[in-house]
Amino acid sequence: MELKSRIPSGPIEHRWDRHRFEMKLVNPANKRKYNIIVVGSGLAGASASASMAELGYNVKCFCFQDSPRRAHSIAAQGGINAAKNYQNDGDSIYRLFYDTVKGGDFRARESNVYRLAQISLNIIDQCVAQGVPFAREYGGTLANRSFGGAQVSRTFYARGQTGQQLLLGAYQALLRQAGAGKVAMFPRTEMLDLIVIDGKARGIVTRNLITGKTQSHLADAVVLGTGGYGNVFYLSTNAKGSNCTAIWRAYKHGAAFGNPCFTQIHPTCIPVTGDYQSKLTLMSESLRNDGRIWVPKKTGDTRPPNQIPEIERDYYLERKYPSFGNLVPRDVASRNAKAVCDEGRGAGSELGVYLDFADAIKRLGKQHIRERYGNLFDMYERITGENPYEVPMRIYPAIHYTMGGLWVDYNLMTTIPGLYAIGEANFSDHGANRLGASALMQGLADGYFILPYTIGDYLASAKLETVDATHNAVRDAESCVTRQTNRLLEIRGRRTVTSFHRELGKLLWDECGMARNESGLKTALQSIPELREQFWNNVNVLGSGDELNQALENAGRMADFLEFGELMCLDALHRKESCGGHFREEFQTPEGEALRDDANFSYVAAWEYAGPGETPALNKEPLTFEYVRPIQRSYK
Amino acid sequence: MKVTLHIWRQKGPNHVGRMVRYEHNKVKPHMSFLEMLDVLNEELVAKGEEPVAFDHDCREGICGACGFMINGVAHGPERGTTVCQLHMRHFSDGNVLYLEPWRAKAFPVVKDLVVDRSALDRIIASGGFISVPTGNAPDGNAILVPKKNADLAMDAAACIGCGACVAACPNAAASLFTGAKIAHLGLLPQGQPERYQRVLNMLAAVKQELFGSCANIGECEAVCPKNIKLEVIARMNRDFLRASWTQREDALHNGN
Repeated sequence: MELKSRIPSGPIEHRWDRHRFEMKLVNPANKRKYNIIVVGSGLAGASASASMAELGYNVKCFCFQDSPRRAHSIAAQGGINAAKNYQNDGDSIYRLFYDTVKGGDFRARESNVYRLAQISLNIIDQCVAQGVPFAREYGGTLANRSFGGAQVSRTFYARGQTGQQLLLGAYQALLRQAGAGKVAMFPRTEMLDLIVIDGKARGIVTRNLITGKTQSHLADAVVLGTGGYGNVFYLSTNAKGSNCTAIWRAYKHGAAFGNPCFTQIHPTCIPVTGDYQSKLTLMSESLRNDGRIWVPKKTGDTRPPNQIPEIERDYYLERKYPSFGNLVPRDVASRNAKAVCDEGRGAGSELGVYLDFADAIKRLGKQHIRERYGNLFDMYERITGENPYEVPMRIYPAIHYTMGGLWVDYNLMTTIPGLYAIGEANFSDHGANRLGASALMQGLADGYFILPYTIGDYLASAKLETVDATHNAVRDAESCVTRQTNRLLEIRGRRTVTSFHRELGKLLWDECGMARNESGLKTALQSIPELREQFWNNVNVLGSGDELNQALENAGRMADFLEFGELMCLDALHRKESCGGHFREEFQTPEGEALRDDANFSYVAAWEYAGPGETPALNKEPLTFEYVRPIQRSYK
Repeated sequence: MKVTLHIWRQKGPNHVGRMVRYEHNKVKPHMSFLEMLDVLNEELVAKGEEPVAFDHDCREGICGACGFMINGVAHGPERGTTVCQLHMRHFSDGNVLYLEPWRAKAFPVVKDLVVDRSALDRIIASGGFISVPTGNAPDGNAILVPKKNADLAMDAAACIGCGACVAACPNAAASLFTGAKIAHLGLLPQGQPERYQRVLNMLAAVKQELFGSCANIGECEAVCPKNIKLEVIARMNRDFLRASWTQREDALHNGN
């Protein structure tokens, strides 16, 4: 497979402008002749649907939730970055670009990241115009806060619900187009296969989750904004429904999968409490602005935190990284939390570290802290039954975001012509580690400002035959979906879908989680096919296929996780270096920091499906750094 | 901990439903209410019975997917909490709990505890937005918003669209939901140009979706997991009244 990244040449600051000019346009009167399918209604999917509908395209938007407003972007708490430099603290597009490339541990494309930093400015303007209630200063101007991995204050926020407010802005824009008849919404509808005709993406097969009806939808281009695959670990901060089915089916049709082993562990989540636990809850990283992270100096110290005197506390991030302190990037913060817990110094001698607000409350007052983080503190108290104004929070890392995803070119097109991947579903901008407040930025950049231009270039130049539902490829895809549904319902084994999910999740967390090594990954690669075999022989899905059947939905997603997990481990095994969220124990500096191998691994691993039971083929897109010189990241 | 559950079971929209009793003795105080149901469902599947269907997704109280009545109260006994964030430590050993779906003509039951809330999306599609195209919006700081207004707008914008307000209302009115959007957009300078047309359009949609009339009872505010204040309804009514005289033609046209 040839990977054509289509990165424009010339000075980096002019590349996107020039590229936009060079792309072909679709005449306004012709736009209504094109049909576009968008799967997913999160920040990327909703903003793309709304923007393309506004341009005049006919859009069909699909989501498995009962309303597009519930996509998991809604749960993002902390904020969205933009290089506005409103705080006059030396921020610039170049600095945001630099921070993101460095934060990504030099495994992202410079050109994409630069474009992202440029567009960040437009996103804020667009969202303000839509009525997103960003936090304001007394003078009425926009407020900012700082976030991990940056030394400037460039994060815009709406209390602790920034994702919610940005998503509602995009959702309202989407429904405005639905009301105007330019977008047809298909809620409670899940994409189960991709239709490829003459090598081009031409549609999808869906299952209506209420009636169970399988249906195909045809179009001139298909856009996947279906989010990440974090739920492969079972316990993650993703929503219960988040899944990898759409991107996985696309992969099996020939879309290359980029860097699947780049997964992000978020340092500030509420620790696991029991084996019935169904998900992990994130506490926004913004808490690290005012909270101080510590553990007892002594191992096995089970005293309550308030009885541990100051002198016996180890503020390990402040000690090890004096210049960034508690605001080191997520991968660094997570690994250090694991390290101190592995030493037996966890909070209460369990898995967890303290995030303490006592100093901030003393300095700023309880009221001020309540204004900044009130809803997060309330949420923490609801879940744990402990009051964080009185006792320090206990936090522990959890799977949160996946930097890997479908490989896309500069136009966000996958290796299947006419198939696009946007937002977390693609691999593009975050390299091996995403900085805080950058996911919202990327989702909206892709949806509002990149895809609506680049898709026109494809539509204007692709010669697309008219196809209808009688085409063989359509019928094959439909019958493939029906076959799998029937097969799942016929097994009637002894184990629930959840029990398999927990088992896979635990295996991956142990062997391909925060730290990985060769022998663990090999174990996982051996165990996953066995588990998959058991699943297909022993899973129990009750009910029928022609009604709302949540166990059936989960079983289909689980079947894909069981295949995807293997690819993730394979990628992790092949990448013999540590970078960002991918930490191979064999490759670390004497101080325990990630040790990159730029000579051998400065590339994007794009895996290509080779058929059932075959080892996928590895394609490499070399990464070149013309502007930011790769260095050993240091936050000391 | 042990609890007795009486759960509404209904196979589909056109089936007759009934309450079914389950004894649940594997409850732990740290479980969330939905995790308690997960455990019940695992046991049901093991026995060959179909699990209870309920909507849920983020399980952190923000997506608005979950929600049902617990002993007649939307989202259960804790104030300002969705059912996914309600923990079993708020109940005691031996409690008897009745779980029912949202009941409203505008929210037909889909299955068990799952209802169809698409009417809420149609209300938003009728006018719950600011008509701004994607493109060259003015600089973010070109539009100044007094902090107080931004805060009030945010209070209203926090609505998660779960539908508890409708379920709790004896008239099954959607006033708290609709008022929240009208207040959010109406409090911001960006929302002014369409302010009066918006309220006319949205209230016409509310009527069409068979929601009941608001009688300012306040049950909605009591159960709202995001503590949306009743004052958003007052804002909506004031805007509607004003729109009714200033934009009388449009009002008549929309059948209000």
